Amino acid sequence: MAYSEKVIDHYTHPRNVGTLDKSSSKVGTGLVGAPECGDVMRLQIEVDDKHMITDAKFKTFGCGSAIASSSLATEWLKGKSIDDAMKIDNMDIVEELALPPVKIHCSVLAEDAIKAAINDYRVKNGMEALESAKSHH
Amino acid sequence: MNLPIYLDNNATTPMDPRVLEAMLPYFNAKFGNAASRNHAFGWAAEEGVDYAREQVAKLIGANEKEIIFTSGATESDNLAIKGVFEMYKEKGNHIITCVTEHKAVLDACKHIEKLGGSVTYLPVKSDGLIDLAELEAAMTEKTILVSIMHANNEIGVIQPIKEISAIAHKYGALYMSDSTQTVGKIPVDVNADGIDLMAFTAHKMYGPKGVGALYVRRKNPRVKVTAQMDGGGHERGMRSGTLNVPGIVGLGKACELCRLEMGEDAKRLSKLRDKLQVSLTELEESYVNGNVEHRLPHVANISFKYVEGEGLMMAMKDLAVSSGSACTSASLEPSYVLKSLGLSDDLAHSSIRFGLGRFTTEEEVDFAIKQTKHAVNHLRDLSPLWEMFKEGIDLDKIEWAEH
Ligand SMILES: Cc1ncc(COP(=O)(O)O)c(C=O)c1O
Ligand code: FES
Repeated sequence: MAYSEKVIDHYTHPRNVGTLDKSSSKVGTGLVGAPECGDVMRLQIEVDDKHMITDAKFKTFGCGSAIASSSLATEWLKGKSIDDAMKIDNMDIVEELALPPVKIHCSVLAEDAIKAAINDYRVKNGMEALESAKSHH
Repeated sequence: MNLPIYLDNNATTPMDPRVLEAMLPYFNAKFGNAASRNHAFGWAAEEGVDYAREQVAKLIGANEKEIIFTSGATESDNLAIKGVFEMYKEKGNHIITCVTEHKAVLDACKHIEKLGGSVTYLPVKSDGLIDLAELEAAMTEKTILVSIMHANNEIGVIQPIKEISAIAHKYGALYMSDSTQTVGKIPVDVNADGIDLMAFTAHKMYGPKGVGALYVRRKNPRVKVTAQMDGGGHERGMRSGTLNVPGIVGLGKACELCRLEMGEDAKRLSKLRDKLQVSLTELEESYVNGNVEHRLPHVANISFKYVEGEGLMMAMKDLAVSSGSACTSASLEPSYVLKSLGLSDDLAHSSIRFGLGRFTTEEEVDFAIKQTKHAVNHLRDLSPLWEMFKEGIDLDKIEWAEH
């Protein structure tokens, strides 16, 4: 199966690879997946007083589509409010990257990571956690 | 040097041009049906088949009457297992095989179980070899067949088939070997090795796809299998169907070339393989899978911990290799072969199989080393697990989300 150009682009030039200080109260961290399943995604957001996401970073252990999905997610997150970010749907990622059906779960993982990061930030800052991860594969 | 570089010779091999040349006349000038006994077209085709049968037999130390042509190793495995089960029903219904066999053997055995047979699946040790004492302990009066592959297709580990066949025979059972990965690569001698049935295929030894053979012993003992394909009674009644003459001629030529050249090929390739393996295991946290002493000369299966196989292969964009990662398959399970060695799932996901072949050059291997190292380092820079490992976090202690 050949990869779409966008997957290859994100894979070859991943955006926002890195690590934020997870102990900071401004940083939300989502760590989803499991090594035994062949995919682990860590997505982090930095949020300002107005609940706007000012920075996002990722590291992913997984296939090319998983890496591309998380790279894309960090791009989309920057500049969004945490409420808007919560609305990112895995199917948006599927569409943007033209992922084939067998790779849909890689996008689900990215959505899970986004939600987990936002919830981590919310809980840290005295807000309740919202609907939890979409699903597990 | 042309890119991409093919290093997946356990999946299939390119055809040797000399094989193609031998086959070509049988597509047009000599197009006859080898079963047509009454005219020159049939005779020409039959002559080609007879000669190929001799070439095949010679490579494995068999008599040409013991070679049954099939469509490949999958069919040969099926014919051997199902055919023996049907033919020796009176004698017993027990078959012994092992967990690292190819699906063609494992699924044929599953089928036998559905038919009321009983099958023992021997485990393997962490190096991929079966335990001979366990084999012997599993033998019963009802055991009609021991089917243990010669070399494994994923890790290249070579089973001690002489000892295995001796145990099978001691208890009156037949020994069948799926030798798809060894015939034409290392010496195989059906008499010295005590083989009663043996499956192999042309496309793993620089021949065409869709043609293979089953060796069926004719003397000491005389072995018979019930046909699984009924029809015109070709191949001594064991496999009906008009013979694939060009394919068979190609298999014959491939066998002849292997007989003449495999010694040199193996020597050259084991040097290149060792070079590759030594260089790649210089990378931190990289592990060779399977026994390295009893192993095919041209294969190395290596796990690069903390990177996932499919993602890694994408970065090795000029190399054609394969991985035991689940992400490469439709299922979400990593390689059952690696798991049966006791490898943890994450190491299985991180494995890459390098399979060298007759046409692999040193220049290509050097390039492969460079690109693989670069890819592993690139992927580790992206890997949260690598970062945690470097920080000294014990990954086994983390509670991962359940699936
Ligand atoms: C060990 C083993 N057995 C059987 C087969 C099946 O061979 P074929 O493709 O000729 O059916 C293969 C190759 O895929 C193999 O490696
Ligand atoms: S992470 Fe396994 S298929 Fe994408």
